Amino acid sequence: MRPDKNKAIEMYKTMYTIRTFEERESQLYYQGLQDGFVHLYIGEEAIATGVCAALNKDDFITSTHRGHGHIIAKGGDLKKIMAELFGRKTGYCQGKGGSMHIAAFELGILGANGMVAGGIPIAAGAALSSMLRKTGQVTACFFGDGAINEGAFHSSLNLASAWKLPVVFVCENNRYGVSTPIARVTNIAEDLSVRAEAYNMPGRRLESDDVMRIYQAASEAVGRAREGGGPSLLVFDTARFLPHFQGEAESFPAYRPVNEVEEARCHDPLDHARKYLLTVEKLSSEELSAIESEIKKRVEEAIVFAQESEKPDPQTAGEGLFA
Amino acid sequence: MHRKAKSRIHRPLERDCLPRPGQRGVKTGGKTMRTITYGQAVKEAISEEMTRDERVFTLGLDLGYGGEHGILVGLAEAFGRDRVRDTPISEDAIIGTALGASCTGCRAIADVPFNEFLIIGMDQVYNQAAKFRYMFGSAVKVPMVIRTAIGGYITAGPQHSQCLEAWFAHVPGLISICPSTPYDVKGMLKTAIRNDNPVICFEHKKLYSMKGEVPQEEYLLPLGKADVKREGKDVTVVAYSFALQQALKVAERLAGKVSVEIVDPRSLNPLDMDTILASVQKTRRVLIVHEAWKTGGFGGEIAARIADEGFRFLKAPVKRLGAKDFPIPFARCLEDFILPQEQDIEKAIVELAG
Repeated sequence: MRPDKNKAIEMYKTMYTIRTFEERESQLYYQGLQDGFVHLYIGEEAIATGVCAALNKDDFITSTHRGHGHIIAKGGDLKKIMAELFGRKTGYCQGKGGSMHIAAFELGILGANGMVAGGIPIAAGAALSSMLRKTGQVTACFFGDGAINEGAFHSSLNLASAWKLPVVFVCENNRYGVSTPIARVTNIAEDLSVRAEAYNMPGRRLESDDVMRIYQAASEAVGRAREGGGPSLLVFDTARFLPHFQGEAESFPAYRPVNEVEEARCHDPLDHARKYLLTVEKLSSEELSAIESEIKKRVEEAIVFAQESEKPDPQTAGEGLFA
Repeated sequence: MHRKAKSRIHRPLERDCLPRPGQRGVKTGGKTMRTITYGQAVKEAISEEMTRDERVFTLGLDLGYGGEHGILVGLAEAFGRDRVRDTPISEDAIIGTALGASCTGCRAIADVPFNEFLIIGMDQVYNQAAKFRYMFGSAVKVPMVIRTAIGGYITAGPQHSQCLEAWFAHVPGLISICPSTPYDVKGMLKTAIRNDNPVICFEHKKLYSMKGEVPQEEYLLPLGKADVKREGKDVTVVAYSFALQQALKVAERLAGKVSVEIVDPRSLNPLDMDTILASVQKTRRVLIVHEAWKTGGFGGEIAARIADEGFRFLKAPVKRLGAKDFPIPFARCLEDFILPQEQDIEKAIVELAG
């Protein structure tokens, strides 16, 4: 099913929001305005966007250390995300989580997760919950290529398949676990989706430059899950345009050939979507510019909001452990 | 390995766990008391809470046939296999699934029959469940329970005989309980299932067949409240789980010679220091007994807090008794050498009473 014009515009807006947010985030980080570590999603925007566009508002997602994109795509409030990155009390977690641990339960976002594969069993649990409660909710579970060699990946896919849980496993294969190429540590690097066969669930591998195709593939998998058909594994071969984390380039020797990143940038998912809107949906470049300006404004507002927000009272570090 | 250990656990063990006359904590006022085993008390707690609240379900190994320790026979028939759910042997998936379900509207009880296997799911316990509420800005409740069995004296060898509760009491965000009687386990487990936080319940394998008085009527017990299981005036013994039962027997034997007060913390985190300190203030001598290794065992924490908060009460150094710092060996004579025995407790009490 081809997304209609409105859906296509919405998805472009989401991708452009993620891109703008992450580009500004990189600048803010290098200006020394934030503490901690940030892992940016630039280059992978179409995955979170296409998958979340196939979900309902009350569906669940679990996210990763590279999670800003997932949270934005599932409807996260830019101000609260940015405030969390600044460690402010107005952030999603009041400064207790930071970049790698943002959640918004009211939006079905069950948390970014600093532990590789940590969200996979949790996604299975959310899916079991919707099955037991008969709510028809689906869970999309995001993880990177590094996670597919963790035990939790295997145990959770097995359990989800055995119980036909309504979950879509989404592997974002950016081909590097920090610096280690996936091909060096698995012999299925050509197609990670073969892992699905072992658990008798559908597995598909797609490129990550075309958000329309991602949306279609995700819609099929989500539909199957919602109708009781059980889990699927979607693998998106992608590339992060930036290093593993901000600050990495200064700290570690290069591990990716320069032309690899340049090549990836030639398949920029935003260019692809922009071209689609201009040629297929016949948007004018003025209309696109208006959309982009509006988003830039919202991101700037989020930054101002975050910077003007109060820091948490240190005493609150000793609160909120138990319900 | 599970099977072999199980066959040992099912030996009749009543001789080790005789009901104690005048047991404090068994409130008889207006209640109809009957004698049931610890295992039956666990099953009653789960069964009552599953009846009361349809969001409650349990998942784990072999639950369809009553659980690895055989204490939940009939539960699957009563509630169906959706809510009494057999899992693959995948502890990370079991605990993570319980967590994911419990933060989205269910109340899961994960059953991990041996605490050694929790180590395989430790990421989900330590990095996820214990931190979920706090790190996400207290925006979510995590009403889940992990039940697991600890302990030796069953010749199950090094990998099925350990007491790892200190690991779990160490991490903020988990409530760790170690009920030592049928009465305590039923009342505390029911409270744990209703609690909106992750609770881990350590059940000693030697306790499952122990009998004790439990009211017919419904009751709840608080988490984080110690219980003085025996009153005395010469020496305080702080002990929990199976070691508590050992200590009670020793105290009975010493009656007339040394008056022993026995405090059961029942919960390690939170720890009820008020009750412990009140007892230490009274007897001014304290021995802490647990089956876990002495080095890094939870007794060290209790001892440190007594020294910190109750040093002025003490007439003698705080003493600790735990397993010797070796793996728990298989052969009975070897296992007995490593694990604390009643005579060790007796000797320590007599020495301390001076």
